[in-house]
Amino acid sequence: MSALLDVKNLTLQFRTDEGLITAVEDVSFSLNKGEVMGLVGESGSGKSVTAKALMHLNARNAVYGPDSRITLHTERGEVDVLSLRTPRDLKVVRGGAISMIFQEPMASFAPAITIGKQMVEQLQLHGDMSKARAKEISVEMLDRVGISDASQRFDQYAFELSGGMRQRAMIAMALSTKPALLIADEPTTALDVTIQAQVIDLMKDLVDEFHMGIIFITHDLGVVAQTCDRVNVMYLGRLIEEGPVREVIRNPKHPYTQGLIAALPKLDNLDQPLTAVPGDIPSPLERPSGCVFNTRCSQIVGAACTTIGPNAVDLGADHTVACHIYKEVAE
Amino acid sequence: MNGPLIRAENLSVGFPIGKGLFDKFVLKAVDDVTLHIEKGSFFGLVGESGSGKTTLGRALLKAVPITGGSAHYADGEVAYDLETIGKADLKDYRKRAQLIFQDPYAALSPRMTVRDIIAEPLEVMGLTRNRQETDERVRETAAKCRLNLEHLRRFPHAFSGGQRQRISIARALVSGPKLVVADESVAALDVSIQADVLNLLKELQRDLGITFMFISHDLSVVAHTCDHVAVMYLGRLVETAPTRQLFAAPRHPYTKALFSAIPSLDPDDRGKAQKLEGEIPSPMKQPLGCKFHTRCPHVIDRCKVEEPRLQSSATEHNVACHRWEELLQNA
Amino acid sequence: MAGRNKDYTNGAPQIPQFCDKNGCSLRPFIHPVERERSLATNFRWVTKINEDKRSYVTFLPKGDAYKLFGVIKSDRHLFGLEEGKIHVFGTDEDGQDIFSRTLHAIWTSLQVGTIGVLIAFVLALIIGGVSGYYGGWIDSVIQMITDAFRTVPAIPLFMAVAAFMPPEISAEARFFYISIILGFIGWPTLARRIRTHLLTERNQEYVLAAQLCGASSSHVIRRHLLPSFTSYIIVDLVISFPYMVLSETALSFIGLGLKDPVSSLGVMLQKATSADVMLNYQWYFIPVAFFIVLVMAFVFVGDGLRDAADPYSEVNK
Repeated sequence: MSALLDVKNLTLQFRTDEGLITAVEDVSFSLNKGEVMGLVGESGSGKSVTAKALMHLNARNAVYGPDSRITLHTERGEVDVLSLRTPRDLKVVRGGAISMIFQEPMASFAPAITIGKQMVEQLQLHGDMSKARAKEISVEMLDRVGISDASQRFDQYAFELSGGMRQRAMIAMALSTKPALLIADEPTTALDVTIQAQVIDLMKDLVDEFHMGIIFITHDLGVVAQTCDRVNVMYLGRLIEEGPVREVIRNPKHPYTQGLIAALPKLDNLDQPLTAVPGDIPSPLERPSGCVFNTRCSQIVGAACTTIGPNAVDLGADHTVACHIYKEVAE
Repeated sequence: MNGPLIRAENLSVGFPIGKGLFDKFVLKAVDDVTLHIEKGSFFGLVGESGSGKTTLGRALLKAVPITGGSAHYADGEVAYDLETIGKADLKDYRKRAQLIFQDPYAALSPRMTVRDIIAEPLEVMGLTRNRQETDERVRETAAKCRLNLEHLRRFPHAFSGGQRQRISIARALVSGPKLVVADESVAALDVSIQADVLNLLKELQRDLGITFMFISHDLSVVAHTCDHVAVMYLGRLVETAPTRQLFAAPRHPYTKALFSAIPSLDPDDRGKAQKLEGEIPSPMKQPLGCKFHTRCPHVIDRCKVEEPRLQSSATEHNVACHRWEELLQNA
Repeated sequence: MAGRNKDYTNGAPQIPQFCDKNGCSLRPFIHPVERERSLATNFRWVTKINEDKRSYVTFLPKGDAYKLFGVIKSDRHLFGLEEGKIHVFGTDEDGQDIFSRTLHAIWTSLQVGTIGVLIAFVLALIIGGVSGYYGGWIDSVIQMITDAFRTVPAIPLFMAVAAFMPPEISAEARFFYISIILGFIGWPTLARRIRTHLLTERNQEYVLAAQLCGASSSHVIRRHLLPSFTSYIIVDLVISFPYMVLSETALSFIGLGLKDPVSSLGVMLQKATSADVMLNYQWYFIPVAFFIVLVMAFVFVGDGLRDAADPYSEVNK
């Protein structure tokens, strides 16, 4: 599998009236072609901000750390995303090599323009093609994502489609430019569960067919288990655990991951009481020192937890965790 | 009186839609629902969009008018026929039946302190005689929801989603209701907070003997918290049973599909049996016959013309499907 | 006309100075102006600045009697000359001191603006409030009426009203009527804003929560809806103010509003329309600068208030 994306030491802070707020701290991960990575975290974890950084989409008051590097491996060579400045350069990552789909499909379609027009516009922006050819490709994509009567739907407006269909249309639009990387930001959260299942199946088929990489951002571990090959867990801007999905879900090592899984109501054991992760997520203005999770952790090992930020420890089987409980497997 | 707290029979809620005098179309959000809720139970109402579950909850609180059938409330002290309740009785009923909203951000008045928000029902309904009594009662109720004096003095925007939901719960409880309808009250919360709020609700049910009607789209949450579950689809009740029974052996094809649609936490548990095709029909254009027939994998001709009735059985496991016995035997 | 300086009509501004060709002094002074008529000038009145004499500016000199704030009798003025009159902004063709008139004009405009805004506000609150709170057909009917009002063009309406106003009515009465009319023209915009805001607010879940407790409409309005738009209202009021002032200016300028001797910017500008004035007596336009500052002050304060008021809305995740 060849490398598609390398993120190294990504640190992102926002300049606000209240000061510099750290949204993402020292996050590093890589993604291969055809790999589906789940980026899991609750609100305030920084997962959406990380995803937007990949397309250099964050607001102007975003301050990137000096060592932060995002490298995209495209057919035309390597692209250092954070150094892109002009709109022409950015076009490569925005909608070209990287596409993004969002939670609220109504929000990504302009309400007063037909879907078809928007898809054609997207295609023409990113490639040299005639309107007719763009329309052909768009209708093909709409059909491919399972929208019946694709050519009719092409001329419809976003509000005329149901939630599930809008989401499919958005996937069609995102994929029409044949991106190497698809970022899906909570794409199924707003959907009914039976529709969610359909969309998840669709995405899995598309990965097989298009062989693209997907970063699947969600708070739903069940969806991650069903769709992803790898999972990265974030908390308060730090990557606290990552590994193959079977590993992380069956053997969660970080106390937070363990807490998340324990809090999930599971259908196979209805008698088990629900255990919450105690406490509340700290405000980003009051970042805990040391390990960011120490204020809610029930497995504190010592003074290190409150003073030193833990480094990523390799536990073998490609499973890393940032927690003072664990020492290197090799040691 | 030993009867159920709420007994609804052929309850319907219709909304007239359409301009002009001749094309008045009645949208039946709730259609011919018969169920009963026992005192002190935790009753779950499950469905996707358009199922009518929110409308049913609100109808039982008289927040929307009941246009057909009956709903009877009897808590041992008073008894009301909700469909014809008079103004004076309604005032009393409001003390006994309250609502917790879904959106913790929109449900609290942003310019009132937490203390005032919780005190409002007491003041409006004239339940306390002076400010001191009000304050005491507010403090008592807030303490049960794990809110302290410091919290009471602040404004809602200073709190997280989970805390705001606890404020909502406190407001619903302060009037000492016997019935509380929780409308998707944990849907907007992170998983770890969700467990916390659910545990709080169960605690309150135990300690205060409140009957909860828990409306949700999330089957796993319902499975863990409710004693009895009712499943709705497009305004009709398709299945209702004690929780264990429903989850052990669902009878209606829709219920079965809902289960298989839930993404399992087991990554190897993929490619399960029933994935539903098609979209949920719009409530404006409901199918004839069985409302589910357009997506049912077991549809026969009879389903397209004849609506199945909810058949009660001794075990209290009721299904509305023409073929349920047949399918049960074949399974 | 009371208080005019017959000797110094269309006089240029007399700025107090500290030094002249005879040396400097600590006290500010001006060179007095003398008017003389003689054979030498063909018996025409000629005004001449006498650079040898100095008229010192004093503070709190005695002058014409007047009533401070309209009630307290006084004859002390803030500043003046030992003898004669000083005109810091010059005078107009009738000899009226432009500086004093400017101050009076500002005062008049503030009064008219305030009364107009208050009337507009009360009307807008009631009409917009009923419309927004009840919705339904009440809203539709009221909106139709509001739109009808908005489409009426202001100038012809004023001309019609001015035609009906008898010319003998006193300046004060005229002033009063103009304020009321401005208020009546101004309410539709504000009413629409209030209505829109109410329509959204009343569907908020916390309103429903209150109603589910059996809260009466007045309770809901008082405790939930009113506080939610008090900040908007304050901002709207402050921002409508300059519009009132400018409307009054425009009306008085074309002669339909206030008239002499009541002074307002519009009235003062009326005298400034001839080419003679624009070419020779540019000091007539000094009051304009003051009004620009006044209007800008209100606009900036209103903007600032709006920025301060807005952050206090729901903070979402």
